[in-house]
Amino acid sequence: MIIRETRIIMGMPVIIEIAGASAKKESFEELFLYFTSIDQRFSTYKDTSEISRINRHELCESEYSNEMREIFALAERTQKETAGFFDSRKPDGMIDPSGIVKGWAIQNASEMLLRRGHQNFYIDAGGDIQSHGKNSTGIEWAVGIRNPFNQKEVVKIIYPRGAGVATSGTYIRGQHIYNPHKFGEPITDIVSLTVIGPDICEADRFATAAFAMGQKGIFFIENLRGFEGYLIDVKGRATMTSGFRYYTTP
Amino acid sequence: MKKLTLSFWFITASVAYVFYSYPNEGPINISVLSPSVIHKKKDSAVAVKQSNSPNLAGPNFKSVPVVTQKSAQTVRPKPTGIYADGTYTGNQADAYYGIVQIRAIILNGRLASVNFLQYPNDRRTSRFINDQAMPLLESEAIRAQNANVDIVSGATATSQAFQESLADALGQAKI
Repeated sequence: MIIRETRIIMGMPVIIEIAGASAKKESFEELFLYFTSIDQRFSTYKDTSEISRINRHELCESEYSNEMREIFALAERTQKETAGFFDSRKPDGMIDPSGIVKGWAIQNASEMLLRRGHQNFYIDAGGDIQSHGKNSTGIEWAVGIRNPFNQKEVVKIIYPRGAGVATSGTYIRGQHIYNPHKFGEPITDIVSLTVIGPDICEADRFATAAFAMGQKGIFFIENLRGFEGYLIDVKGRATMTSGFRYYTTP
Repeated sequence: MKKLTLSFWFITASVAYVFYSYPNEGPINISVLSPSVIHKKKDSAVAVKQSNSPNLAGPNFKSVPVVTQKSAQTVRPKPTGIYADGTYTGNQADAYYGIVQIRAIILNGRLASVNFLQYPNDRRTSRFINDQAMPLLESEAIRAQNANVDIVSGATATSQAFQESLADALGQAKI
């Protein structure tokens, strides 16, 4: 009986664990197929993806898929809510919504498992996590925040209790996150921002935007009702929002 | 009102005392560091929301009459007024309504700026410093945790390998 599977999709490990006897092979397969389809539609690294075709102006708006429309609407809403610190349009004019696609996709996958009747599971795609219920030993899922300076260590342990956990960082494949308000300037003063939100879609879209704000990002999260955050700067100093400690007690 | 007046007076007197005791050769520019500046000073414990005016709302400190009250401090200023460049943190001073602690930055031998590390946690006083001050958030040095976890949020092994590989390739590319 398989309870945990890992596959490399969207250029990152996607880990799904279903606790207990209810794990079914079909559930894993459905989810991995879903993530593969998301990759095929939204990957800017794939010439044949819908997003690449849109960027080459090969598709007009009436031809966009429903999923693409949904993502564009989410991108626009996120841009407004973050004063432009999330912007799916990059300096070169290309649209790249990957900052919100991952969380949105994990959220959808999580709902698929719930519909299938699973109560205790987690989905981890590239460090963004949605968990439900309890682990195999019957206790709350424990999530560790990876040390940005030593990937073998965790520096904080949190118990999300169903909340979504998203971490944005500069240590992944170099500085792939930059500040849309200052083109050409990479983010250098902070290295990791973990956001805990009502679900992984929400956590992910605000983590991406807040990270682009640098040190100010933690204050943005502080002022966001229902969200908590843990910021790590280049000196290894962490700053947490005022309600963050709720998640550090088991 | 009494508390506000007292803490205001103490802050004013403290800062005025600093300038009285440490005369400078040229014009003094006192400013509460704007957020863009504070970001560069990573060990500052204060961050305030962006403000159009960098100066403290309130009186020009140079014109405030100095009260030469006896202080527990016995620091004697150097007569020439030349100071070593650096950042100096004042002690935590009890302003009755809370703690005040300042940090002074000496640049080119002169007092370049003063900023508040701690100020009384009172909305009226906060407004005195900046209309939209942000709360001080708890911070800590990160430490490796030994307990077991089920899941890890953060960078992945794939990225680590990617970076190692890239570094190796770049190493080969070096002339």
